[in-house]
Amino acid sequence: MRAYIFRRLLLAIPTVFFVSLIIFVTIRFIPGDIVDQMVSSFQGGYGVTKIDVAGLRHELGLDVPIYLQYERWVSKIVLHGDLGNSLWKGTPVINDIKQRWSVTFELGILALLITQIIALPLGIFSALRQDTWGDYIGRSFAILCVAIPSFWLATLVIVYPSIWWGYMPPIMYIPFSVDPIGNLKMVIVPAIILGMSGAGGNMRLMRTMMLEVLRQDYIRTAWSKGLRERVVVVRHALKNALIPVVTMIGYQLPVLVGGAVIIENIFDLPGMGRLLTTATTSRDYPIVTAVVLVTSIVLVFINLLVDVSYGFLDPRIHYR
Amino acid sequence: MLEKQAEKKEHSKLAELAIRMWKEKPLGTLGAIITLLLLIVAIFANFLAPYGMNDVHALNALEGPSAKFLLGTDNLGRDLLSRVIFGARISVIVGLMASLISTVISTFLGVVSAYIGGTFDLIFQRFVDAELSIPNLLLLMIIISMVGPGLWQVILCLGISNGIGNTRMIRSLVIGIKENMYISSAVALGAPPRKIIFQHVLPNIMAPIIILFSMTVPWMILNEAGLSFLGFGIPPPQPSWGGMLSGSARTYMLRDPWMALWPGLALSITVYAVNMLGDALRDLLDPRLRGGIGQFGGKVKKKHSLRSSSAAMEREHL
Repeated sequence: MRAYIFRRLLLAIPTVFFVSLIIFVTIRFIPGDIVDQMVSSFQGGYGVTKIDVAGLRHELGLDVPIYLQYERWVSKIVLHGDLGNSLWKGTPVINDIKQRWSVTFELGILALLITQIIALPLGIFSALRQDTWGDYIGRSFAILCVAIPSFWLATLVIVYPSIWWGYMPPIMYIPFSVDPIGNLKMVIVPAIILGMSGAGGNMRLMRTMMLEVLRQDYIRTAWSKGLRERVVVVRHALKNALIPVVTMIGYQLPVLVGGAVIIENIFDLPGMGRLLTTATTSRDYPIVTAVVLVTSIVLVFINLLVDVSYGFLDPRIHYR
Repeated sequence: MLEKQAEKKEHSKLAELAIRMWKEKPLGTLGAIITLLLLIVAIFANFLAPYGMNDVHALNALEGPSAKFLLGTDNLGRDLLSRVIFGARISVIVGLMASLISTVISTFLGVVSAYIGGTFDLIFQRFVDAELSIPNLLLLMIIISMVGPGLWQVILCLGISNGIGNTRMIRSLVIGIKENMYISSAVALGAPPRKIIFQHVLPNIMAPIIILFSMTVPWMILNEAGLSFLGFGIPPPQPSWGGMLSGSARTYMLRDPWMALWPGLALSITVYAVNMLGDALRDLLDPRLRGGIGQFGGKVKKKHSLRSSSAAMEREHL
């Protein structure tokens, strides 16, 4: 087991390296870089006519070739654990992340919970009633969850209640520590929408796995022993069918992070997703690279955790 | 003569599939009918749309559905029905082309990665890991910002990024196939790799590839809409369903809620139908659910067999 974890961690190094390289390079190749943006904003805002563009570039550390920039950035992280400073504000990026991660975390956990609340019972039900109208309705609902894009659902939720009942979602973000109820009221609707988008896939996997397990010999034995349906389903089948669904959580996380980008923007939640989009449009390179790097490291670790827990859940699996 | 026979056989196979779909999969049939309608609407958009997609009727701006404008008009006074119809064309083009590119890329790279194996496979798979752990939408946004918005840019970006991610699945299928005796015998007989890949490997993963393609199409349609919604997709005067829900339109939605309804409804119905069709196709083509060992026979080692393909796909397409 220890050797397996060690090997997985070793394999994670090139993955994280590739992530950092891809994001570091691509973000710098977007036309209209930060210097252009700064120049135009200074000229527009302050009426400055003459700007030392080369000096500005040097000050931001963008005057050296890209591989040197990358080397500097990596060595700062590795040697000092320093993710760099925001180019616009000059403050450490880590502060922005600390401020915002809890919003995305809360949204993600709630969404994950809602996904499972919808997906598990529905998947089990559909598997037990395979190829009946109940199954068709369950599967249709699952595909409906996949088919309705979260940005449309979010738009409808914002537009229609306000026309019919004059309801407006709160504009100012309320932190959980200040007013837990008010905070939950804000986050629950985005979380349901985000959670629904994942429910379809989860429900289908649950159904497939359940069907696979229900065809096993030991289930037939359990039936023929005369056990009640509830015991067969919950104790014998569900326990084994759930194992792959655990892995699913690992797969779902990047989707949640991606979904959070859209949802946070629509509902004005100050999370990592909004941080990413604003940083991308304002070309704040250190923020984008740091956020993506941190997310990908978290994802790699959670995936490892999921795979390791797989070994505990399923006694047939041994890691060497 | 031979050609004719082959053609006839091919035709009957397709017809057989259609008949089985009709008999066994009511939801799949519904999906197929809607998908067919969508294709017809997309192809004949010019004839079906009552007005041009950018015709402005300024006096009728922000109107609800009426006899003149069946679905109402938007803030510039453009007919929403016509724009939704022309939007179908974009969704169809993006869905099909991007999925085609993605499938070709993932098949090629997946086969190569599995077949070469060793260090190349190890490093390449870490690259795939990296691609999968960057939030997809963000990567697409950055790449589109690099190359500029536009129909073909969006198609290429979606196709390539999804294709690299899907490599994983094709690779595991090929690794499973490689375990078979007939591959070892072919190698022992001195068949060149090219021949093994084209004659033994590819025919055996054809069904999963078709299924993969059909499941990629709705993903592409949704992601194009998402990108256009964020302003990184098809640029404005073009009526993309995602784009119609974003930008200046959002400020007028409270005055004319129809604007928020139609494009999303069209999008949802389309994705729903294509998903249903893909699901039914998978059930009909997946050898596991038929209880046999597949069209091309051959016993596959259980660990990596096609059995796991549909579960793997469920995971891929969250």
